[in-house]
Amino acid sequence: MSELDFTVVLRAWPYLLSGLQFSLALTAAAFAVGMVLGTTFALIQHLEVPVLSRLVRIYITLIRSIPLILVLFWFFFLVPTVLGYLTSGGRPIPIGPTYTAFITFGLFEAAYYSEIIRVGLRSVNKGQFEACQALALSSFDTYRSVIMPQVLKVASPIILSQTIILFQDTSLVYVLSLTDLVGAASKMAQLNGRLVEMYLTVAVIYLAICSAASQCVAVLRKRNELPRVVRQ
Amino acid sequence: MFDVLFERGLDGRPYGLYLLSGLGWTLVLAFFGWWIAFSIGIVVGVGRTASNKIVSIASRLYVEVFRNIPLLVQMFLWFFVLPELLPSAVGSWIKQMPPPWGAFIPALVCLALYTAARIAEQVRAGIEALPRGQSEASAALGLAPSQAYRFVIVPQAMRLIVPSLTSEVMGIYKNTSVAMTIGVLELTAESRQISEMTFQTFAAFGSATLIYLSLALCAYQLMTYIDDKVRIPGTEVIKRKRSFSDVVAGAKAPAP
Amino acid sequence: MMTLRGEQIMLQPESDTSGTPPIVLVERLVKRYGAFTALNSVSLAVGKGEKIVICGPSGSGKSTLIRCINHIERHDSGRIVVDGIELRDQLSDIYSVRREVGMVFQSFNLFPHLSVAENCMLAPVKVRKLTRAEARDRAMTILRKVRIEDQADKYPGQLSGGQQQRVAIARALCMQPKVMLFDEPTSALDPEMVQEVLDTMVGLARDGMTMLCVTHEMGFAREVADRVVFMDQGMIVEESPPETFFQAAKTDRARNFLKQIIR
Repeated sequence: MSELDFTVVLRAWPYLLSGLQFSLALTAAAFAVGMVLGTTFALIQHLEVPVLSRLVRIYITLIRSIPLILVLFWFFFLVPTVLGYLTSGGRPIPIGPTYTAFITFGLFEAAYYSEIIRVGLRSVNKGQFEACQALALSSFDTYRSVIMPQVLKVASPIILSQTIILFQDTSLVYVLSLTDLVGAASKMAQLNGRLVEMYLTVAVIYLAICSAASQCVAVLRKRNELPRVVRQ
Repeated sequence: MFDVLFERGLDGRPYGLYLLSGLGWTLVLAFFGWWIAFSIGIVVGVGRTASNKIVSIASRLYVEVFRNIPLLVQMFLWFFVLPELLPSAVGSWIKQMPPPWGAFIPALVCLALYTAARIAEQVRAGIEALPRGQSEASAALGLAPSQAYRFVIVPQAMRLIVPSLTSEVMGIYKNTSVAMTIGVLELTAESRQISEMTFQTFAAFGSATLIYLSLALCAYQLMTYIDDKVRIPGTEVIKRKRSFSDVVAGAKAPAP
Repeated sequence: MMTLRGEQIMLQPESDTSGTPPIVLVERLVKRYGAFTALNSVSLAVGKGEKIVICGPSGSGKSTLIRCINHIERHDSGRIVVDGIELRDQLSDIYSVRREVGMVFQSFNLFPHLSVAENCMLAPVKVRKLTRAEARDRAMTILRKVRIEDQADKYPGQLSGGQQQRVAIARALCMQPKVMLFDEPTSALDPEMVQEVLDTMVGLARDGMTMLCVTHEMGFAREVADRVVFMDQGMIVEESPPETFFQAAKTDRARNFLKQIIR
């Protein structure tokens, strides 16, 4: 067992930090896009919109049946082509791995967030909808002011859990040779030859962030619990 | 469109065989990984609910560590880091393992331990979902805790979690793809190879996609079958039919 | 019987004249849940073959009391002695007590994944070390006594509430306990099923079993009880034979309680 030298970590720290920033940025973007799109998908299915809900269901099932790496490869290949079709009618637009990654993760997470929200929508008491109808609220206002706030409050622990998984999944941009935290560590390791220290540091960073976030999930869950009946 | 599968690659084999070989590695990795993960997962899951502080804290630590580090990073740790941390004789022996096994064994260990942590959480959730009266009745009858777990608690908990376990099975099949980063030539890796060699991207990835979909459908059928087999008589009314897309959840997060 | 304010100390159970020690002895039992005191220095002695009915308003501690007797709940201070074994924290003593004490729960707590017969056979095989054949014989005999042997191979989910509770009684009896504890056995049942369970319990009483029942069924108390114990706010307020209790209760609290439940 050769000597471990963690001072290389200190020297590589700025670069690692920029990699971490990329991971966090990707997570944030995927969360935003995923939640908006996911809510839309969930509502489309919940309201049983004629053709669209079928298509959405197929999309979600497809995305969730195949590995994320394969989805990354697909979108890497498809996104420039599709964008090309949509804009200049023909030539695929080379948009580079970074934007592909952002779009891909957003579309990928949408499939997972959509399911969480759909289950949440199903669990809302029928009486809530009936009360809104009795008050002559429009559908839009019903969902916006009454239903969705309740769904999001109840589902917040699961949404946060899914986001933690999303943060871990961003590490897979490694296969696209993007410089997230893992990519940064890997590149640094090639320079300073210190694989062990680099990867151990990355593991510890992920462990720290995800454990802390898991604690938040536990707190959120506790807050949502119904008050306990005092023992008789 | 899929004729590329019949073309031959540089080594004379048709590309279809590349895919088949990749599928083989995927299946082997997932199959053995699952059974190892299942055994460890039940033990750790029960440990999570144990009254012995040392056991429950150790189990908690295991789950926290293996669930909060991304699978990719864990793969790297097992493949790159472990041989360096072990005494040099053992480390060298590991590094000298011939090509497929040198990558396959770390991938298998990594995948198994990662999935075990997820299974442990499902098992814990199942045990905690049982009414308290079950353990009270077992205690009142004079059963020791180990007997209560073995004959009353765990059998019921396992039946409760069949649907979420099936999601984990799908998860492990999908997670085998991460092994490509340490050199295991599983299905996704092979499909990328084909796409790079023939530029028939759609056909290459499309075939892999169809194969993964078939695996998902098999898992769904298997779950429905197992669910029926272990059904407790008298509970038909309560069970809700789970659709195919519910099962395919895979990476859905269980409670921390 | 001496009456200190709020505290009764039984020196000798009234129906016991032979001078043998009580089979269940509870002395100055205290049990707290955080700031709430469920049992406030409760003392009780039960002789062999005695039937005790414990009643009182909710929150009085009656369920807590019997759940402490087989250590399903752990008491904070005081003594519990069952069949000569003192319940402290010694695991082997706790197991010994649980072998000799049977318990019937309000929510039955049958094992849904085992058939009726298997529910009754599990503990005799694993704890009393009977062979499966012996356990099955014993199970069938007791199921016959409880008049439910035709359901032996059914599963709990397929039975009515009353049938399930009778199976629960049979399951406890298969361990051949010396004492049977009943925690509101009929409270979770639909009214038309209460009688079949009470009949089973009466049969058990006539066979000489020592029984402690927490129940609101006053008809059962009148028919079978040797003593009625009235509890309120964690203490035994009154203890008397049923005729005395129902006709001429000594304390105001007991009389108020009776007024509310007997219409």
